[in-house]
Amino acid sequence: MAYDAAALRSQFPMLSRAVDGKPIFYLDSANTSQKPLAVIDAMDRFVREQYAPISRSSYRLADEASRAYEAARARVAAFIGADRPEEVVFTKNATEALNLVAQSWGRANLGPGDAIVLTHMEHHANIVPWQMLAAEKGFEIRWLPLTSGYELDLEVLPALLRGAKAFSFTAMSNVLGTITPVAELVAAAHRAGAIAIVDGCQSVPHMPTNVREWNADFLAFSSHKMCGPTGVGVLWGRHELLEAMPPFLGGGGMIQDVRLDGFTCAEVPAKFEAGTPPIVEVIGLGAAVDFLDGLGMTNVRRHEMDLTRYALDALHERHGDSITVHGPVNPEIRGATFSFAFGGVHPHDISQILDEHNVYVRAGHHCAKPLMRIIGANATARASLYVYSTRNDVDALVDALDHVGDIF
Amino acid sequence: MPGLEDLYREVILDHYRSPRNKGELPPPATCTEGTNPLCGDEIRLFLNVTDGVVRDVRFSGHGCSISQSSASMMTAAVKGKPVADVRALVHRFKEMMSIEESAEESPAPVGSMGDMEALRGVVKYPVRIKCAVLGWNTLLEALGGDS
Repeated sequence: MAYDAAALRSQFPMLSRAVDGKPIFYLDSANTSQKPLAVIDAMDRFVREQYAPISRSSYRLADEASRAYEAARARVAAFIGADRPEEVVFTKNATEALNLVAQSWGRANLGPGDAIVLTHMEHHANIVPWQMLAAEKGFEIRWLPLTSGYELDLEVLPALLRGAKAFSFTAMSNVLGTITPVAELVAAAHRAGAIAIVDGCQSVPHMPTNVREWNADFLAFSSHKMCGPTGVGVLWGRHELLEAMPPFLGGGGMIQDVRLDGFTCAEVPAKFEAGTPPIVEVIGLGAAVDFLDGLGMTNVRRHEMDLTRYALDALHERHGDSITVHGPVNPEIRGATFSFAFGGVHPHDISQILDEHNVYVRAGHHCAKPLMRIIGANATARASLYVYSTRNDVDALVDALDHVGDIF
Repeated sequence: MPGLEDLYREVILDHYRSPRNKGELPPPATCTEGTNPLCGDEIRLFLNVTDGVVRDVRFSGHGCSISQSSASMMTAAVKGKPVADVRALVHRFKEMMSIEESAEESPAPVGSMGDMEALRGVVKYPVRIKCAVLGWNTLLEALGGDS
């Protein structure tokens, strides 16, 4: 059956919202995605009919809630091709997942004389946790630069990785849309004796993910960008690494035993889930995974690649030299996220004018200030598409950009 | 485009296209940096104060039409003014932007802000208020903060 994004829209209540009596064009899905009824209803149903504490109380309802929570973990694990559900740790968001790796694995393994490698296209969430730790531990952070085609410069990677203990990189840039060759990057890291940490925030919602095929060591991603609720993120980690790591946050749920003179940790993943977790949100994430599985991630990727081709053509055809899209031109190696400069107009002014036409894009530095400096932009406007986006959305953007010239 | 004309007044666009006092000043002028972390706008304000009077002022950096035009109008308004008057003007501007309560004894008379009156429309677009006050907050910092 052909993928039908237009039909899918009826399952996303927010998309039928009107502003000023007119339809909206939500082009900010790289920021956060809209939610389908399947997710909204699953959370609503759980709260109304099944809500109880998990992993603490022993009555039947609590056991039922615990099973639902663990079933969601198993579904998430299967969705990313993990060997076992216990390798999936639920966090507050992807940012916390990356902080967990830095503060737990990093704190135990990095010190003076050590080095890690990051790339120039990282989100602040994959930069600042390492800088915080480096300031304390005194290890070196090395940076993998970009090519002029907005891809990672693989030629210099082996030299940078020499002697490094970790390579942490994005699977898809939230600014450029660049999809990185994850399996190749993981292999390069392993050849150098480094572990590979993948930031999958922008890739997991948009294409098939298989950590086993990647052979990665860690993967961080968020629920809210993949049709799920806010308040929950995921850290997947190789079981033996998670087992060897010290705990991150301390408290209830993460211990085996506590005595006046110390504590022992619970098994993975409980060791990393201190305190009552976002139970309802995890149920919602499980429903989101089912929803995306139903669409088929290969179909989602194909749909977005078609839209990417259409959008790049439409933007350039109408606006020619007025528009510069920062990112690869080949839809095969990029996602449907378009950061652009337009006619010398500041992105804030662009988004203000687009807003007047109910076209919603993000303007700013997209939490990637080092990258913005490198591409020579202080800010960009960014339109980003998802499972429910159609050519209508692209056309609305292309048309609304005409009005920018009316004022500036 | 109805709605947006309140924001993008001709005076604002004029200051944006032809900013007044754009540039830098050599020492002994002070240089103060201000940023809007939300959008990455940055401003550097060069200020020359002697005998309690703003002798010269320049600004550089980059930002949207609102932050740039507001900074331009600000420099034009404060050049040659005693520091005490400049401080009062900063507060009146922030009152106009609805981010400071107006002091009872000195209500800001309507129509007394010259070109800057054009920025009154920004209040209708709350996310842009931060753009409009970026230069003003930087000026306040350059003067050694609130006092």
